[in-house]
Amino acid sequence: MTTILVFEQLLNGLQFGVMLFLMAAGLTLVFGIMNLVNLAHGSLYMVGAYLTVSAVQWTGNYLAGVALGLLGTLAVGMLVEVIALRTLYERDHLDQVLATFGLILFFNELIAIIWGRTALYMSLPAWLQGHIEIIPGSIYPLYRAVVIGVGLVVGALLWFVVTRTRLGMLIRAGASNRTMVAALGINIRLLYTVVFGFGAALAGLAGLMAGPIYAVQPGMGELILIQVFVVIVIGGIGSIRGALVGSLVVGVVDTLGRAFLKPLLGHFISPPAAEAAGPALASMLIYLLMALVLSLRPEGLFPAKSG
Amino acid sequence: MAESILAVQALRKSFGALAATDGVDLDLREGETHAIIGPNGAGKTTLIGQLAGNLRPDSGSIRFAGEDITHLSAPQRARRGFARSFQITSIYRDFTALDNVALAVQAHAGHSFRFWRAAREERALRDPARVVLEEVGLGARADVLAANLAHGEQRQLEVAMALATRPRLLLLDEPVAGMGLEESERMVQFLSGLKGRQTIILVEHDMDAVFTLADRISVLVYGRIIASGAPEEVRANAEVRRAYLGEEA
Amino acid sequence: MRARTLILAACVLLLLAVPPLATVFNQPYYIDLLRRVLIFGIAAVSLNLILGYGGLVSFGHAAYLGVGAYSVGILAFYGIHNGWLQWAVAIVASALVALLIGAISVRTRGIYFIMITLAFTQMLYYLGVSVEEFGGDDGMRLKVKSQFSGLVDLGDPVTYYYVVLALLLACMYLVHRLVNSRFGRVIRAAKSNEARTRAIGFSPYPYQLVAFVIAGAMCGLAGALLANHTAYITPAFMDWTRSGEIMFMVILGGMGSIPGPALGAFALLIVEDQLAGWTQHWQVIFGPLLVLSVLFFKRGLAGLLPGGGKDG
Repeated sequence: MTTILVFEQLLNGLQFGVMLFLMAAGLTLVFGIMNLVNLAHGSLYMVGAYLTVSAVQWTGNYLAGVALGLLGTLAVGMLVEVIALRTLYERDHLDQVLATFGLILFFNELIAIIWGRTALYMSLPAWLQGHIEIIPGSIYPLYRAVVIGVGLVVGALLWFVVTRTRLGMLIRAGASNRTMVAALGINIRLLYTVVFGFGAALAGLAGLMAGPIYAVQPGMGELILIQVFVVIVIGGIGSIRGALVGSLVVGVVDTLGRAFLKPLLGHFISPPAAEAAGPALASMLIYLLMALVLSLRPEGLFPAKSG
Repeated sequence: MAESILAVQALRKSFGALAATDGVDLDLREGETHAIIGPNGAGKTTLIGQLAGNLRPDSGSIRFAGEDITHLSAPQRARRGFARSFQITSIYRDFTALDNVALAVQAHAGHSFRFWRAAREERALRDPARVVLEEVGLGARADVLAANLAHGEQRQLEVAMALATRPRLLLLDEPVAGMGLEESERMVQFLSGLKGRQTIILVEHDMDAVFTLADRISVLVYGRIIASGAPEEVRANAEVRRAYLGEEA
Repeated sequence: MRARTLILAACVLLLLAVPPLATVFNQPYYIDLLRRVLIFGIAAVSLNLILGYGGLVSFGHAAYLGVGAYSVGILAFYGIHNGWLQWAVAIVASALVALLIGAISVRTRGIYFIMITLAFTQMLYYLGVSVEEFGGDDGMRLKVKSQFSGLVDLGDPVTYYYVVLALLLACMYLVHRLVNSRFGRVIRAAKSNEARTRAIGFSPYPYQLVAFVIAGAMCGLAGALLANHTAYITPAFMDWTRSGEIMFMVILGGMGSIPGPALGAFALLIVEDQLAGWTQHWQVIFGPLLVLSVLFFKRGLAGLLPGGGKDG
C-alpha cells in the first residue's frame, strides 16, 4: 500500500519536474545564448494557458486548440522579443530584471482585462480523462501520464536539436562566440528571435499542460517562475543538462515533501507540532535544497560551458 | 647568492588537453628585475594568474619569502606583499586618482571595519597616497576622476596603486602596452628608477623596455621556460632566436 | 552644490509641512499616503546601500520588510506591546535573516545572486503563508500599536508621521556616514572593480556581507514601521513584486545617491496612487512606464538635481 502511494507521488513529482523542465529549458537557453535574464518567461507560460483555453472553446477541438495556443505563444514571444527585449541584450542584468518585471505587470493586467481575474478551469476531452494502471494495483490519472510522456519526448527532441542539428550548432556557437556566428553570414538577430520564440513555445506548452491540473489565473506564471529559478540555480545556469537534472530533483523533492513530510514528522514530534511544521517545512524544502547545493557547489551541479 | 624571494617549482596548469603552464621553475632574487617574455599564446597570462593567486595550479608550488603560498587567494597574497598591474588597465574609474591610491593604502592599514569617520579626511590614508602620486608624476592630477586621465596616466596610476601597498614583489603585466613613444619612455625611465629598491617581475612585449630594465630574462614558449639568464645570454641563445626573437627580426 | 542643498532642504521643509497643510485642507489621506512613501523610502535607502553603493542586485529585499513586520506582529500576538523591544527585535531578527541569506548568496555573482535572493524571499513568503497560527495567507491584525513608554503615541497619525520622517532622515544620514567611511570605500571599490580590489589586498566578501546585514536590519525597521502603519501584517509584505518595487524606487531615484531612493519611493508610490485612482487596471499602464524608465531614464531623479546623481 505504502509503496504504491510512494510510487504515485514519485510519478506526480516526475510530472511536475517535466513541466519545470519545459520552462527551465527556454529560460536557460535564452540566458546562455542572449545573456538575457527574462522574468517575463512566466508570463509566456500564462499566455500559453489562456490562449489554449480560448482556442479550445473556439474550435471545439482539443488538439486544434493546443496547436493554436502553441502557435499563438510562439508569436507573442517573438513579438515581445522584437518590441521590447531586443534592446536589452546589451544592457546589464539589473536593467533586464527591471524591464522584464515591468512586462510582467503589464501581462498580468492585460490578461485580467481580457479574461477577468477569476480562475478558469480547463476541461479535458473524454479521451484524456480516466485512469491507467501503470503497475498492478496502482491506477494513475491518464492525463498526468500523458504530460510526463509529452515532456520526455520534447526533452529528447530538444536534446537532439541542440546537439545534433545545424540550428543547434549555431545556437551553441552563438552562445560562446557571437562574432564568429555573425562571420558565418548568419543573421544573429533572426537567430535570436527564433530561439526566443522557441523558448516561449516551450513555456506555453508547459502552461497549457498545467491548465487542467492547476488553476488558470493571472499571476500563475510567477509562482512557477521562481521555482524554475531554483531549478536553474541548482542545475547551473545556461546548461540544458543541468536544467533537466534540476527540474526532476526539484519536482520530486517538492512533491514528496508535500505528501510525506507531515506524516513523517509525526513519528518524531507531537502530531499537532507536525501538523504545524509539516506544511511550512514542505513549502521551504526546495529552497533549503538550493541553499545546500550552493554551499557545496556555488555554480550549481553542471556549471555552464559543460553542456 | 642572495636569498630568493620567490621560488616557483614545477608549476603546471592545463586547460583540457592544452598545457598552458608545463613545469615552470622560476627563482627571483631580492631586488632584481626579472622579465618574462614569450610569443603570444606562450602562457604568460596563465602564469601570471597563478603567481597572483587568481588561478589554481594543477601541481607544483610557489614559495614567497620562505612561505608556501600556493593555496593562498589573491587578497591573501596581496597582504603578504604581492602587488600587480593588469595587462588591461585596472583602476577605479569612478574614483579620483588620489582616492584610487588611498584605497591601496587603506588595504594595508589593518581591517576596514570602520564605519563612521570619513575616509577621505583621514590623513593617515591621504598623505601616503599623495606621496606616491607625486612619485609617479601624477601629483598635479590627484583630484581628477581616474576615468578622465589620459591612457598613459592611467597606467601610471595603476603602478602608483601597486607601489602604495609597499610591496615586496611587483608584478607588472605589460606596463607600456598601448602607450605612445613618449609615454612609454617616461614609464621605462620611472621603472628604472625603482631598480634595486624593488623586486619586479616584468611581463612585456616591448623588447626595448625589456632589455633596458631587466637584470635577468626568462623566455616562455608553449608553457615552458626555454631559456633563462642575463639579457646578453638570452639574446645570444640560439633556441630563443629561433623560437622567438627570430620571428621579429 | 549649494543649489542642491537648497533644493533638498526645501524638500524636507515641504515634508515637515505636510501634516499641517493636510489638516488645513482637510485631506488626512495625504498624511497616510506620505507616511507610506517615507516608510518605503527607508526600505529603498537601505537597499541602495548594497545595490547602489555595493553593486549587489538583491531581488529579495522585501524579505526584511516581512521579518520586521512579523516581529512586531508576533510579539503583539503574545501580548508584548513594548515598542522599544518590538522594534529592537525587528531589527535584530532582520539582521539575522540577512546574515543567513547573505552568507550563502553574497558568495555568488551576477544572475545567481539575483535568483537566489529572490528564491529565499519566496521561501519566507511561503513560510508566512503556511503558518496558520499567525493568520497564514490572510495575515493578522495588529490590534495594539507599538507602545513607547507613553513618550510617543503612534496612534496619532501626525505624531507617527513625524516619527517616520525623523527615522528616514536618520537612516539617510547613517548611510551617508557608512558609504564615506573606510568600510563604505571597500564595498564601493568592490562594486567599481572587483579584480582590482582583490589585487590590492581586500577580500570583499566579509565587507559585502556586513553591508548586506546592515541593509537588512534597516529594512527590518521599515517593516516594523509598516506593520504599525497598516495595523495589519500579511505575507504579501514579502511578495516578490514588493522586492521589485523597492528595487525600482532605487533605480528611479538614482543609484548611489543619498536622497535618490527616497525621491524614487515618492515618485513610484505617487504615480501608482494616481493611476490606481484613475483605473483599476493601472498596472497595464504602470508596467510599460517602468520598462520605458529603465530604457531611457537611467540617471534617476537625483541625476536631475544640480550637482549630479552621485553622493559620497
